[in-house]
Amino acid sequence: MVRQGEFTQALLDPSAAVPPGLTGPDGRPAGKRFAVYRNNVAVSLTKALETGFPVVRKLVGDDFFTAMAGVFLRSHPPRSPRLTLYGETFPAFLEGFGPAQRLVYLPDVARLEMALRESYHAADSDPIAPDALAALPPEALMGARLHLAPALRLIRSRWPVFGIWRANTAAAAPKPAAGPEDVLVVRPGYDPVPLPLPPGGGGFVAALMHGRPLGEAVAAAEEECQDFNLSAVLQILLDHAALVDVTGEDAP
Amino acid sequence: MLDTRPDTLPARPGVGFKPQHFDAIMADPGPVAWLEVHAENYMGDGGRPLAQLRALAERFPISVHGVGLSIGGEGPLDADHLARLKHLVGWLNPTSFSEHLAWSTHDTHFLNDLLPLPYTEATLTRVAAHIDQLQETIGRRMLLENPSTYLAFAESDMPETDFLAEIARRTGCGLLLDLNNVFVSATNQQTDPVAYIDAFPMAEVGEIHLGGHDEQQDDHGAPLLIDSHGAEVVDPVWALYAHTLHRAGPRPTLIEWDTDVPDWPVLAAEAGRAAALSTPVDA
Repeated sequence: MVRQGEFTQALLDPSAAVPPGLTGPDGRPAGKRFAVYRNNVAVSLTKALETGFPVVRKLVGDDFFTAMAGVFLRSHPPRSPRLTLYGETFPAFLEGFGPAQRLVYLPDVARLEMALRESYHAADSDPIAPDALAALPPEALMGARLHLAPALRLIRSRWPVFGIWRANTAAAAPKPAAGPEDVLVVRPGYDPVPLPLPPGGGGFVAALMHGRPLGEAVAAAEEECQDFNLSAVLQILLDHAALVDVTGEDAP
Repeated sequence: MLDTRPDTLPARPGVGFKPQHFDAIMADPGPVAWLEVHAENYMGDGGRPLAQLRALAERFPISVHGVGLSIGGEGPLDADHLARLKHLVGWLNPTSFSEHLAWSTHDTHFLNDLLPLPYTEATLTRVAAHIDQLQETIGRRMLLENPSTYLAFAESDMPETDFLAEIARRTGCGLLLDLNNVFVSATNQQTDPVAYIDAFPMAEVGEIHLGGHDEQQDDHGAPLLIDSHGAEVVDPVWALYAHTLHRAGPRPTLIEWDTDVPDWPVLAAEAGRAAALSTPVDA
């Protein structure tokens, strides 16, 4: 009797023997017939990773990506049939993947691509009115909590991850500048858009994501950048439907 | 709002929905009377996929086709995945729900392929229990699809058609007859596809699938067909379709095209061919 554990192990390990008890129509060993299943698993999961991480693929080249995907899918098969989110652990895998170590920014590029995909499938939300912040009394503003859209994602990188992403997705994009970048993924309609944040913007948005009031988020931003420009970042959030509610000091 | 949608798919052609065809379908569906979506692609919280599905469901009967539940798995069904299916079927209220006679998950590993099962009493018991659990969870009858197979199990002791008939009898589920799978499996197993169709419990068939496949050879030079859903339906499968219609009368019939997806007119033309075949010429 062929158990599914044995079948699975042989599917994921190309050097493993085909389980006995599997045959062709003439009773001969399954051989290449088993390889069809092996190939279906590897090809379909590689395809899912190619679709999810096109910029990582472009950076390493098609052949390198296929080989790398093969190592990843065998060591990290999907844990759910919901393949739309397959690859959550790909960025962490890349951190430890020896042959790609020279591309130090690769894991963060993968994080950005995963964030774009998560944003695409995230819940819909209605933005606040453009004048909702201006309507607050000035003394209430710093205690207010700004609630972010469910499709918002933040990637904080030591590398110019937005510049690298753009240089590999847009024609005639400028070469990435050196230095760290904070990238905000927004989704004003149904298409996620990555935006580079000005200095301090990453600390600010991270604090908002943790549910901290506006004043504390500003303080966190100013720790990173003394010249933090609050109105510029608020304008980015308002322009991209990223704020869904404002609640007063006492509200949760 | 009163739900006036019928509880069965129309006995006309449908196609597997691809997002790139959305605008074309909404503008002019041509011969296409209903749409099938893969359940697993609509399990997010929002965004364009759910918005498109909501819009399609206002105009077309929808068939939700699961590709990942692993009904034939040795282990228990994935409770999280069952809950996601229940949620999707709950809010969408599709006209039909179908899944596969196959397994795809072992322990926590999802292998993303429809893997084969031995046809034995032990498998019958397990598959029937999983279908009972699924039908109770989603609160409706499901259709179970016959697989494409590339190999056989020495331990199998009953024909696939008997296995499916017995599953339908024990669980009350309906069947989805995939004629490309019949042709692929019969070629690969060197059996007669017409005899398979003649033995199939046709009264239980709520839907027919048609699709394309690839051709290879096994280690001994025998033909080995691969169920790819990446090409037009071949003439021998159209012939099986005509034979099936002659035996069973018109049934809801889906054109499946999942890889190398063509532009809408090509897919619509395949649906048109199915429509022409299911319209009696002497009517």
